[in-house]
Amino acid sequence: MTAAPTRAEVCVVACAEAWRGDGATLASPMGLIPSLGARLARLTFAPDLLLTDGEAYLVDQDDRVEGWLPYRQVFTMLAAGRRHVMMGAAQIDRSGNQNISCIGDWRRPKAQLLGVRGAPGNTVNHPVSYWIPRHSPRVFTGHVDMVCGVGYDRGAYELRVVVTNLAVLDFGTPERVMRLRSVHPGVKVADVLAATGFPLAVPDQVPVTRTPTAVELGLIRTRLDPEGARDRELA
Amino acid sequence: MTGAALTPDEIVAELRDGMTIGIGGWGSRRKPMALVRAILRSPLKDLTVVSYAGPDVGLLVASGQARRVVTGFASLDSIPLEPNFRRARQAGTIELTELDEGMLHWGLLAAAHRLPFLPIRAGLGSGVLEVNPELRTVRSPYGAQGEAGDGEELVAMPALRLDAALVHVNRADAGGNGQYLGPDPYFDDLFCLAAERAYVSCERIVPSLEGPPQTMLLNRAMVHAVTETPNGAHFTSCVPDYGRDEAFQKRYAQAAADPEEWRRFTEQYLRHDEAAYQKAART
Repeated sequence: MTAAPTRAEVCVVACAEAWRGDGATLASPMGLIPSLGARLARLTFAPDLLLTDGEAYLVDQDDRVEGWLPYRQVFTMLAAGRRHVMMGAAQIDRSGNQNISCIGDWRRPKAQLLGVRGAPGNTVNHPVSYWIPRHSPRVFTGHVDMVCGVGYDRGAYELRVVVTNLAVLDFGTPERVMRLRSVHPGVKVADVLAATGFPLAVPDQVPVTRTPTAVELGLIRTRLDPEGARDRELA
Repeated sequence: MTGAALTPDEIVAELRDGMTIGIGGWGSRRKPMALVRAILRSPLKDLTVVSYAGPDVGLLVASGQARRVVTGFASLDSIPLEPNFRRARQAGTIELTELDEGMLHWGLLAAAHRLPFLPIRAGLGSGVLEVNPELRTVRSPYGAQGEAGDGEELVAMPALRLDAALVHVNRADAGGNGQYLGPDPYFDDLFCLAAERAYVSCERIVPSLEGPPQTMLLNRAMVHAVTETPNGAHFTSCVPDYGRDEAFQKRYAQAAADPEEWRRFTEQYLRHDEAAYQKAART
């Protein structure tokens, strides 16, 4: 008998769902669980997705090279809108403004982080989702210190979903502010609200995030991540 | 290119205080580290460094020779944050022009094409326009269907003109034609064309380039001098000649975390010439 799905496995499937319906689009997952999600999506319901090896090759589901994508071509695909990236966030606000650059005053930050990287361009050119492995008020904050990825109030193209260790969120409100879409099995709505540093839109009925199918669990456990590295990203 | 191959020290002797210097490669990949180490041995100062930043920027920040960095990130790839850059930012000792990665590409392309700017969507609405108040937007003179009209607002990314470019490739010939053999050209051709003077270090100078023509990224009209620096991208990667020296990079990052360790690291590796560096790095 198959063991029940773990939280990490629920998160992998929730990330995979972000790319559902994208067709032949370059999926750019940042982080392990989003990467497992994108690969799972391609193996199941989104077979047309394109993925890179992390450097300059496009590789198919059997790790065979199917194309060449040096950085300059990534920038062109990005500007053409043929991409859906799932990024991380050190901070994210109610409208989806994201910060990965630095914490504190930009002129002399308390903590220098990654820099803006490609987040400004990504968010005005193509769909973007986010993966937050530790849902907390420090991340889900009323004000981000440096706007890297732009939110809906600053002209975002499309912010698809925000997947966290607790829940799936989206911007499906008239004002395009963050809304609770589903809670992962075992998580209470109150847990999510307590871990969010701004008022979250909550529908009357909050569904539970769908659990992996037996096929999905098999793929995650035996093919995509047999060593179980996914659990460490949530630790 | 005219003239013979130079040594790294001769190339650095052509640079001046206050110059804007572009450095090719990406993160901790195919960086012209032998040329960077030659700068470390020189009295050059007040440099503005334009780079998809890795340890090239980290070293020039740590040595105090870079006054300003123009980049979208500073990373060692397998170690996400460049430790010397991080420390300098947190100490407030380095000036930063923080750009979206695509804006940096566009600024180099504009400079290479001798255009004052190129329009780009990246940056709109973001903090990049707030921390760089000199950046302007333009309105397209065309409507959505290409008709005359008042169109989309775009960032007017200014040309990133360089006084000098430093890049590292796998092979070059004595005339200044350069070839990369790894998976990604990065933006080395644009760095060269955006610069008044472009300097190319390479793993090996060969009588003539061989292999697929698409790998012959640099031609001698873009290049002012070539220097042969075997293992010259160390400790960054230069595939297929060699991968990144992860153990050494780790040593670098650990040393950068502590002033006393850093003093020892510079004493051990960076005090003397390139040959001494290569010998010390092998042990």
